Amino acid sequence: MIHFVVHEKGDGVGVVVVEGCARGSKATGWIMEPDSTVKVELKNDIPIGHKVALKDFKVGDTVIKYGVDIGKVVAPIKKGEHLHVHNVKTKRW
Amino acid sequence: MISKKTKFWGYRRENGRVGVRNHVIILPVDDLSNAAAEAVAHNIKGTMAIPHPYGRLQFGADLDLHFRTLIGTGCNPNVAAVVVIGIEGGWTQKVVDGIATTGKPVAGFGIEGHGDHETIRRASAAAKKFLQNASELHRVECPISDLWISTKCGESDTTSGCGANPTVGNAFDKLYPLKTTLLFGETSEITGGEKLLEARCRTPKVWKDFMTMFDRYQAMIERHKTSDLSDSQPTKGNIAGGLTTIEEKALGNIQKIGRTCKIDGVLDKAEAPTGPGLWFMDSSSAAAEMVTLCAAAGYVVHFFPTGQGNVIGNPILPVIKICANPKTVRTMSEHVDVDTSGLLRREMTMSDAGDALLDCMMRTINGRLTAAEALGHREFVLTRLYESA
Repeated sequence: MIHFVVHEKGDGVGVVVVEGCARGSKATGWIMEPDSTVKVELKNDIPIGHKVALKDFKVGDTVIKYGVDIGKVVAPIKKGEHLHVHNVKTKRW
Repeated sequence: MISKKTKFWGYRRENGRVGVRNHVIILPVDDLSNAAAEAVAHNIKGTMAIPHPYGRLQFGADLDLHFRTLIGTGCNPNVAAVVVIGIEGGWTQKVVDGIATTGKPVAGFGIEGHGDHETIRRASAAAKKFLQNASELHRVECPISDLWISTKCGESDTTSGCGANPTVGNAFDKLYPLKTTLLFGETSEITGGEKLLEARCRTPKVWKDFMTMFDRYQAMIERHKTSDLSDSQPTKGNIAGGLTTIEEKALGNIQKIGRTCKIDGVLDKAEAPTGPGLWFMDSSSAAAEMVTLCAAAGYVVHFFPTGQGNVIGNPILPVIKICANPKTVRTMSEHVDVDTSGLLRREMTMSDAGDALLDCMMRTINGRLTAAEALGHREFVLTRLYESA
């Protein structure tokens, strides 16, 4: 069963695509390109549609999704944690 | 499977364009004429009034856009005939003359000097004649190259970028070689992905034209911006759905133009394209504003992917909703035309999803009502550029 989706190998985040992904559970991700899978232990409850960090990030790091820069890290993030507006911001506007 | 030999049943209008609906509309020029327009539509069953809040004391480029949008709406081939009502005769006639260039039946009525009662009486007589004549028009077989398809997404979340939007992209990649006329836009929602579009532009001039529109929009945002644009980009709905930044939203947005089709030209708001291919139209990313501009540019069917569940429709343009978020598909099923949530369970390929959308598109253009049409969603929202005088 797939719990999260990763657009491209090398992306730092996956998108949770099922409801009820709970802290402590082992989640399986589908890397769409190239077609493969990855496993991560979740460190937070993560709602459907929200992102899980696939590696550790420190403040100032760039987050890559679709193989492209989607913003900067503003609070440290551990692999398996919820990555969202509380720890990542736009580099524009 | 769709191919160059695919045909559909449409209404061929006087100017050769093909519509997929046969509306007779009652079009107010301004806010003051909404009451009369709605009274006419009430009198003559089967006509449709399209009320809106603007049209007084506008000037310059903002007024030009107002006229271009109203005239474009009347000219749209999904419209068989138009009754135009305005508070005074001059601007009413300007809209009538613009629509008359298509050769379709159109009549205008000014309220001043007559009052609502007399205007409603005379406009109802014209509307009745137009409606009865339109009811005798028949669908004829048309080549797929006669079809104009626009796209815009709304209430996006992260499932839009991995499911619903690339479904539209897959369909666009299949429609492009068939010489159809395609459109995307949402200028602010390219932010962070603009460099990716350079490789997709047919010529360096198209790229330059795109960047002119992009920089113009960014300059407007810079003039007025607040932190994260006051929860407008991304919206609260986007953030609740898991989207974190405008860049992430933009990269999901541009999945809608697929992998292979090229951008052939750039249009200003509500401007009609001059040939087949994929066009970019400068436009707001607000759903109803953008879809209203697509209809005014002459598009006859619309692909609307959503994540969190935008419920938008349009008075004259059938809006097909595509959703890949299993929770939204479950909780808002009455709004979803094409369910591609199987993509995220690895039960469906992207090509299967694109084909499911094209199948729904064929049924829709042949006459099947979309969810938004059945639910009565008729959002018609004019884009304003600045204050009235």
